[in-house]
Amino acid sequence: MIAAGEPAPDFTLPNHKGEQVSLSDFRGRKLMLVFYPADFSPVCTDQLSVYQEVLGQIEEAGVQLYGVSVDSSWTHNAFRKKLGIEIPLLADFHPKGEVSSKFGAYLEDWGTTNRSLVLIDEEGIVRWVHESPSVVEIPGANLIFDALAESGAT
Amino acid sequence: MSELTSAAVPALAPDDHVRGEGAELIVYADLACPHCAAAWERIAALPKRIVFRHFPVASKHPRAPALHAAAEAAGSQGSFFELVDSLFADRGHVDDPHLWKRAEALGLDLERFNEERRSETVAARVRRDFESGIRAGVAATPTVFRDSRQVPLGEL
Repeated sequence: MIAAGEPAPDFTLPNHKGEQVSLSDFRGRKLMLVFYPADFSPVCTDQLSVYQEVLGQIEEAGVQLYGVSVDSSWTHNAFRKKLGIEIPLLADFHPKGEVSSKFGAYLEDWGTTNRSLVLIDEEGIVRWVHESPSVVEIPGANLIFDALAESGAT
Repeated sequence: MSELTSAAVPALAPDDHVRGEGAELIVYADLACPHCAAAWERIAALPKRIVFRHFPVASKHPRAPALHAAAEAAGSQGSFFELVDSLFADRGHVDDPHLWKRAEALGLDLERFNEERRSETVAARVRRDFESGIRAGVAATPTVFRDSRQVPLGEL
């Protein structure tokens, strides 16, 4: 995985609506990327549903939360509707896993992203990284708030 | 902002919902969650002191907040676990008229039940449990704590 202190790799990915989203769009704002293995899988469903419940508080802290997986924009769109979540999702679909690989968040053997969190600061520098010990282990939303508190978000 | 940072699962509070005797298990559950309903059948039968904490995940289960508020309102009339048992036993009838019917069957004062389940006090009480669960790392339901540590359901 990429480590705290390193510059985040630049990227442009389509979101759940097919609109292009780039790292540079977040210059001056904090960004939390939530890498997760797959739309509609039971564990990812739990993870994003719980994050949704505290999304307002995360955003109040001045941080944009984005999910990332290798699913397509269309799948992301259906997944968001099914789950009733407002968390924007990025599609690292083609070339598959290219951006996730740059973050060290792509599992070649599985063909999916891993389950990890990456906090990127206003200057595009990675400030905090959490990789789940296993893909079925969900990082609690408390870890997001810990990371924000440590990074000085107010 | 830091109010949802990590914290240990809170110890028993005077207004916690507690049933049974034995070693203490703190259960964070969503009343509209099928996994919770299945697990509850087993958890409720354990010879343990069960502490029920609210963890409604509204995006996934839109009726969850209403069900937790109803349970809390039933609790103020001494029937918290009776309504929880009822809701988990029959997940197919959870609209308002069904809740009134359940409340009537439990002998609750219906007017008071209706008023309280929509009150801010009840919403805040439910949210208190939810946030304590978030701080303790609850990321799926049900999550059970024993001696302040999460216990896999299979080990109960």
